[in-house]
Amino acid sequence: MEWRKERECIFGEQLSPLDQTLRSLRTSGPAIVWTTLFLFVPLLGIVFISFMSRGSYGELQLPLTFDNYSRFFGFGSFGFDPLYPYILLRSVLLAVGSTLLCMICALPLAFFIAGLSPRYKNLALTLVMIPFWTNLLIRTYAWQMLLSAEGLVSKIAQFVGLVGEGMPLYPSLGAVYLGTLCDYLPYLVLPLYASVEKIDWTIVEAAMDLGAGRIQSFRHAVLPQIIPGLAAGIVLVFVPATGQFIVPDLLGGAKTSMLGNSIAQQFGPSRDWPFGSAIAMSGILALMFALIIYNRILAKRGGEGLL
Amino acid sequence: MKRNGPILSLTSILLYCFMYTPIVVVAIFSFNASKYGVAWKGFTTKWYGVLFNNEQALRAAENTLILASASAAIATLLGTLLGYGLSRYWFPRKKFVATLMYVPVVIPDILMAVALLMFYGLMRDALGIFELGLSTMIFAHITFQIAFVAVVVKARMVGMDPALEEAARDLGANRWNVFWRITFPLMFPGIMSGALLAFTLSLDDFVVSFFTSGPGSTTLPILIYSSVKRGITPDINALSTLMVCASVLLVAGVTALQPRKNYHEK
Repeated sequence: MEWRKERECIFGEQLSPLDQTLRSLRTSGPAIVWTTLFLFVPLLGIVFISFMSRGSYGELQLPLTFDNYSRFFGFGSFGFDPLYPYILLRSVLLAVGSTLLCMICALPLAFFIAGLSPRYKNLALTLVMIPFWTNLLIRTYAWQMLLSAEGLVSKIAQFVGLVGEGMPLYPSLGAVYLGTLCDYLPYLVLPLYASVEKIDWTIVEAAMDLGAGRIQSFRHAVLPQIIPGLAAGIVLVFVPATGQFIVPDLLGGAKTSMLGNSIAQQFGPSRDWPFGSAIAMSGILALMFALIIYNRILAKRGGEGLL
Repeated sequence: MKRNGPILSLTSILLYCFMYTPIVVVAIFSFNASKYGVAWKGFTTKWYGVLFNNEQALRAAENTLILASASAAIATLLGTLLGYGLSRYWFPRKKFVATLMYVPVVIPDILMAVALLMFYGLMRDALGIFELGLSTMIFAHITFQIAFVAVVVKARMVGMDPALEEAARDLGANRWNVFWRITFPLMFPGIMSGALLAFTLSLDDFVVSFFTSGPGSTTLPILIYSSVKRGITPDINALSTLMVCASVLLVAGVTALQPRKNYHEK
């Protein structure tokens, strides 16, 4: 309610709550209706259909059952099979692992950009923005060329003796991690840089003067100041990495299939929408669960929490 | 301000190289004379010629441009109104609704793609509307673009000096005049960068397009994907190189429109 009073003063217009609501309808209304129709209704549809079943021609059938979910958790019609639980676990591990990798790489980059003189700073930032806006598909298939048996990276790996003669580096889980890191690194660098740029270095100097070592002063004087950027960046990487489809599809094989690939498989070639919906729902629930835990940890660390 | 040490600089330069490796590799191979494989067989520009005679690629380019322009235009209108409304007016449950409006920014794209595929399929069976094609793709793209436009426009509105509008009102301008003479010109750079952002997002989108496209509405990313699946040809490298160049130009456009202080003060 405080907000309303403030606005009334600022724009010199006396608007009653009713007037404001009417004006909201005329401005925000169409976008809200659009997003509801094309996003929230379809998403609710996914929830509903995940409890239906697939007919023999791929059509949707009643009654409502939990069969799709029990199949997802391994209790299918042929006894226990941990295929999908493994896929879920693998996706979550990939998301966590690639987020950590991105964090390790983004930290030096963000500090490097913040430490440049203003002349080079904008250039360095734009150089991070360009891959960010370049088609992810293109960046991913380029790695296919580099990691194929004849590719440059594979040749180097063969020369060093990491892999056997004439062996490709893809499809493999390592290739999926590499592709994910390359694709999502800018997502973490940009918000992290915004925080690093604002660091009050006098606090760090004070910590050093008081006898803190490099690690201690990073932990107690630098880290608390960059938590907001780091927290935003982690979500920006973690969420799309959980649901990613292109990178595992192009750089991984059947053994590195992730949630995104399974969903695509069910909605595409297999045409089992109810099961695909159940996978998607389980994915969302896992994602929400991870974000809630993450938010808890952040709040405990004294941060404000993101959600 | 701290100076960069040699280890930090070296690490960062290596990371830049890592980020640019794929982009540079595609560009180099678009000039490779070899038709198959990744071995270097000498410099040529003939693949660009092949590309411009590739009927399929030209039609995909046309579809991509129609899709990006149409969706960006509608999304800019809806997103600007949303950003304006959210930063100006109160309504019941506003905080909750505003949070929901940003779901398209964070939702994994595969989820949105399959939800829309299913929605279109059921609507077609029930009502005979939403036959998969360019129009369904436009609707889908608008859905994720709106939120991005609204974020950009709202950020611009927050940075605006309210005294300017107040002064105009005090000097006797009516609401219409205040909006078109003061508010809109101040919002305009935000609207433009929102529009460019929406356009770029549409150009780059593969996952949502892939699931909501019909026969004959292939876009460039879909074409690239199917070529990658069949085995990449050099003219696809040429196409990718041109798309990267287009993205670079669009980024330059967005950066030029952004007020400087967004980077340094806020």
